[in-house]
Amino acid sequence: MTERAIKQPDTTTVGWYEFATRHRASIAALVVLIFPLAMPFTALAVNILIYGLYALGFNLVFGYLGLLSFGHAALFGAGAYLCGIAVVHFGWPWYAAIAAGVTGGFLIALLIGVLAIRTRGIYFAMVTMALSQCVYYLFYQAVDWTGGENGLRGINVRSIDLFGLRLDFINPLTRYYVVATFVIAAFFVLSRILASPFGAVIEAVRENEMRARASGYDVTLTRLLTFVLSGGFCGLAGALQALHLSIVPIEIMHYETSGLVVMVALLGGMGTFFGPMVGAAVFLVLENLVSLWTVHWQLIVGAIFIACVLFFPTGIWGTLIARGRR
Amino acid sequence: MAGLSFDLIALQLFAGLALGAIYVLFAIGLSLIFGMLTVVNFAHGAFYMVGAYVGLYLISLGGNFWLCLIAVPLLIGLFGLAVERVLIRPLYGRGIDYPLLLTFGLSYVMVECVRIAFGKTGYPFDTPEILQGAVNIGVGYFPLYRLFVIGATAVVLLALWLFLEKTSFGLIIRAGARDPQIVRVLGVDVSRVWLIVFGIGTAIAGFAGLLAAPLQGVIPEMGGTILAEAFVVTVVGGMGSIGGAVLAGLLVGVVVSMTSLFAPEMAKVSIFALMAVVLVVRPQGFFGRAGLLS
Repeated sequence: MTERAIKQPDTTTVGWYEFATRHRASIAALVVLIFPLAMPFTALAVNILIYGLYALGFNLVFGYLGLLSFGHAALFGAGAYLCGIAVVHFGWPWYAAIAAGVTGGFLIALLIGVLAIRTRGIYFAMVTMALSQCVYYLFYQAVDWTGGENGLRGINVRSIDLFGLRLDFINPLTRYYVVATFVIAAFFVLSRILASPFGAVIEAVRENEMRARASGYDVTLTRLLTFVLSGGFCGLAGALQALHLSIVPIEIMHYETSGLVVMVALLGGMGTFFGPMVGAAVFLVLENLVSLWTVHWQLIVGAIFIACVLFFPTGIWGTLIARGRR
Repeated sequence: MAGLSFDLIALQLFAGLALGAIYVLFAIGLSLIFGMLTVVNFAHGAFYMVGAYVGLYLISLGGNFWLCLIAVPLLIGLFGLAVERVLIRPLYGRGIDYPLLLTFGLSYVMVECVRIAFGKTGYPFDTPEILQGAVNIGVGYFPLYRLFVIGATAVVLLALWLFLEKTSFGLIIRAGARDPQIVRVLGVDVSRVWLIVFGIGTAIAGFAGLLAAPLQGVIPEMGGTILAEAFVVTVVGGMGSIGGAVLAGLLVGVVVSMTSLFAPEMAKVSIFALMAVVLVVRPQGFFGRAGLLS
């Protein structure tokens, strides 16, 4: 109950920061809804949503739990592949396929989590990266199911049918709002998780593991559960990615996809609610702009990332918050 | 199983040792840097890759392979010194994740620079003429170059061991790994020790890249694959332990080559299965100190 008391200070002097924190999911939803007005390229906007969701799931582990995972590509990719397989091989409708993707994220996260959670700190980054490479090779070799090197092709979902309503999934703007619906739902779920007592435990484990343990919380279980939850968000992002691209390339599981989300989360601001979305937007817009005049965008992106680590370790959003609160 | 004679298995075992030797060199640099600086060098694969490319470039300028064996580690080591001094040093004391993230970004930059300089496609790397062909090692004919890789690795390991155990600077390094604060109190410039250790570690990575080049050719992405596999080696052997890196590196090499003989499609996955078993049975690895990081 004391958590409540701390979170709701003197209501008469609520600053913008406290207001934004309390209504973070609603604000995020509003921004997502009006975002296409500011972003003329809807395909890019959909990508931003999907990578933002992916980073959101990653941030749960990196920012809130304080564990650096270098294996999230396996969770993202599992979501994409399972969603794709459900459509291509079983002919499932879109909602069942997305559910399959989320389940895929949960399952792979559970498998990796059970092993990796036995280690900590730097070890965790290395073990998750190695295990995700293992998942990569497994999917690479299951050619009958995944298409192997060529990727899984033919995930054609033309329309989204819901209670007699038929939405045209080919139309970019409709597609954006379909994806946005899922992302907004994820915002509210994540906000709820973070505001719950369990969310407080997650941050307690990050801040001081010994004290959390002494207070009677099962640290290992908390870590595993958070990792699995993160897998669910990333699985959803992967499933949406599969429907959006209508193909799942094998590179989705490569460790560069894991590194990408680390960059996005750090760029935006780890451990902040809006950071991952801001990071995804800045990263993807930057990538698009840079690749307009050079094919070597990785050079620029890598250099910016190095600069971020050296000079803005709290990321764009984290720096803004620190300025705003001062 | 008719074709699988004892000789074939023995030959495959030797091939595994040669592959393992590359893993050992790679992982030892990683382990050395981590043991001293508590920095996980995600750019280690990039240093390895650049080592192979520098060798390729020097040979194209007219140098020979033997010259490269000396020049490549020196050049990569110098580059490593510069990286530590300029990029990594500001991050000490700022949490263990930051150097890792920085070196990750650095690997992007290095790979892309090599792509700009040498193009995206790979190159073959000729085995030096003296080392071409095969020799009879009792159980059959074995490629001479692979034997050379094993020998060169043994020499590097011996030199490293003598350096760490028998010289006064090695003594400082070992003391610095155990307790940098006390070493600093005793009047040693620890940051200079760290600088040199990073240089040595990256120099060994460059050397490993050069040795691996004739075996598999050079491409800009060659560092990424071995990095993940080297993580397996360090987890299995125990992070920060040099003996562990040697044993686990050879073990991983043998496991890969044995599974590619019996079940080729499982070769890549097998080492990760090995890591999973070690994690379950002994999370700190063969020689890792319990509680260091787990």
